[in-house]
Amino acid sequence: MTAFLQSTFNGLVSGAFYALLALGLAVIFGMLRVVNFAHGAFYMLGAFGAYVLLAEAGVPFWVALAVVPLALALLGMALERAFIHRLTRLDPLYNFLLTFGLTLILQDLVKLRYGVQSSPYEVPAGLRGSVDFGLFDFPTYRVFILGFAVAVCVGVWWALARTRVGMVVRAATERPELTRALGINVGRWITPVFGFGIALAGLAGVLAAPMRAVNPLMGADLIIVVFAVVVIGGLGSIFGSVAAGFGIGMVQAWAEAYLSAFPIVAQTIVFIVMAAVLLWRPAGLFGRAEAPA
Amino acid sequence: MLRIENLSAWYGEAQVLRDAGLHVDPGEVVTLVGRNGAGKSTLLRCVMGLHPGWRGSVELDGTALGNLSADRRARRGLGWVPDDRGSYATLTVTENLTLPPTVGPDPWSLERVYEAFPALYQRRNSAATTLSGGEQQMLALARVLRMGARVLLCDEPTEGLAPLLVQQVGDLLREAKRHGVTVLLVEQNLRFATSVADRHYLLAEGRVTAAMENSEVRSRERELLSYLGI
Repeated sequence: MTAFLQSTFNGLVSGAFYALLALGLAVIFGMLRVVNFAHGAFYMLGAFGAYVLLAEAGVPFWVALAVVPLALALLGMALERAFIHRLTRLDPLYNFLLTFGLTLILQDLVKLRYGVQSSPYEVPAGLRGSVDFGLFDFPTYRVFILGFAVAVCVGVWWALARTRVGMVVRAATERPELTRALGINVGRWITPVFGFGIALAGLAGVLAAPMRAVNPLMGADLIIVVFAVVVIGGLGSIFGSVAAGFGIGMVQAWAEAYLSAFPIVAQTIVFIVMAAVLLWRPAGLFGRAEAPA
Repeated sequence: MLRIENLSAWYGEAQVLRDAGLHVDPGEVVTLVGRNGAGKSTLLRCVMGLHPGWRGSVELDGTALGNLSADRRARRGLGWVPDDRGSYATLTVTENLTLPPTVGPDPWSLERVYEAFPALYQRRNSAATTLSGGEQQMLALARVLRMGARVLLCDEPTEGLAPLLVQQVGDLLREAKRHGVTVLLVEQNLRFATSVADRHYLLAEGRVTAAMENSEVRSRERELLSYLGI
């Protein structure tokens, strides 16, 4: 029982990263119809941003947690204005080429400056040690990540569900053309929404810095699973991306704990689940077939 | 009020509209009649600024709309009711109604909409796509009236509806007309078209080939039916 609860908790923590990244991808895809292959690179930049601020300017984790996502949001908005918005009405292949090219450029820029070695980032002072849950102890920092990620997801849900801006974003995400025809300037919201999605990736990166190895390829390793999460949740489905993020995190952790005799299955469980979901529901668990307008 | 001249439109290499022209005067209900694939929906999409490959002239109140974006056209008073009813699954009925800005001098209030459509009021907190087809059609029409749109572009609003609901759509369009709203209506249901329209344009292979007053329909019914392929 203890082992099960521990692996579930570990899965929820991994799922928290998947959920934050998938949420950003879903919002960006919904609004821009762009699959942002550079999302993992922004996650990596988030972690590196926190590392560089601490190592070179002594900026603590808590400040980085606020500053880095904001800075990345601004970078994302600039890239959207300079490049991404040109993808509208182009073949999706250009979407892949541009965002994949951006990934390579961002990764190599970091590699040039910091090399490929992993850089250490200490757990912030107030979050060291562990929390006693009775049956087991769990690292305080991981408990923090889980709580923080859930709070962010709930906050985003609240903003989307209860505010006028959220209503417009939901409408434009679901049916951009119809929303324009109803008198709403969808284009006005595209750049901020892209920046917001990138900020979520950066936030996940800052959270990951004390827990995972900070290196230029950390995003590339993670993003493949995150894309599977988005597909499982339903491309463009905001709720689906969060639910699938936490769900896949747990499935992965259970597979690692209980399918260790079948390493191939344990390592590929995400993609097995994705294939099964697509066979059952081609639009994903919470996705809908593309509306015509 | 709405004047279309020499309107041509393409989907890739395929030309769908060929120098189509028509006009709708203030307060008129005008139908666009033609077979499937004649270009009726494309014409409405061009007027709304939603179709990328087009050439020609669309004027509203004597002003050319040119390359004005769809949202700006809506803000000038055009209200689009798409053929699939345009309900948002992620928005409740009330959100579907309150999403668009008000663009005209005489927008319906939410209370007035709910008074006219008690079924929508009862389902006001439900996702719009859980409504029946007829309720979704009423929602789409009510939404553009709530915007205060002065010109409704309705794409087959009676398609797939039961006779009683068709009658309700007709009542709603007649009431809108009484309040000075202008309507350009794509319709294949000739009986319905003649019950609400002042005039009809016939569209065949992308061209407006004939126009007739509603009073002429009975004498030219065979011609009309041939355009519809009946």
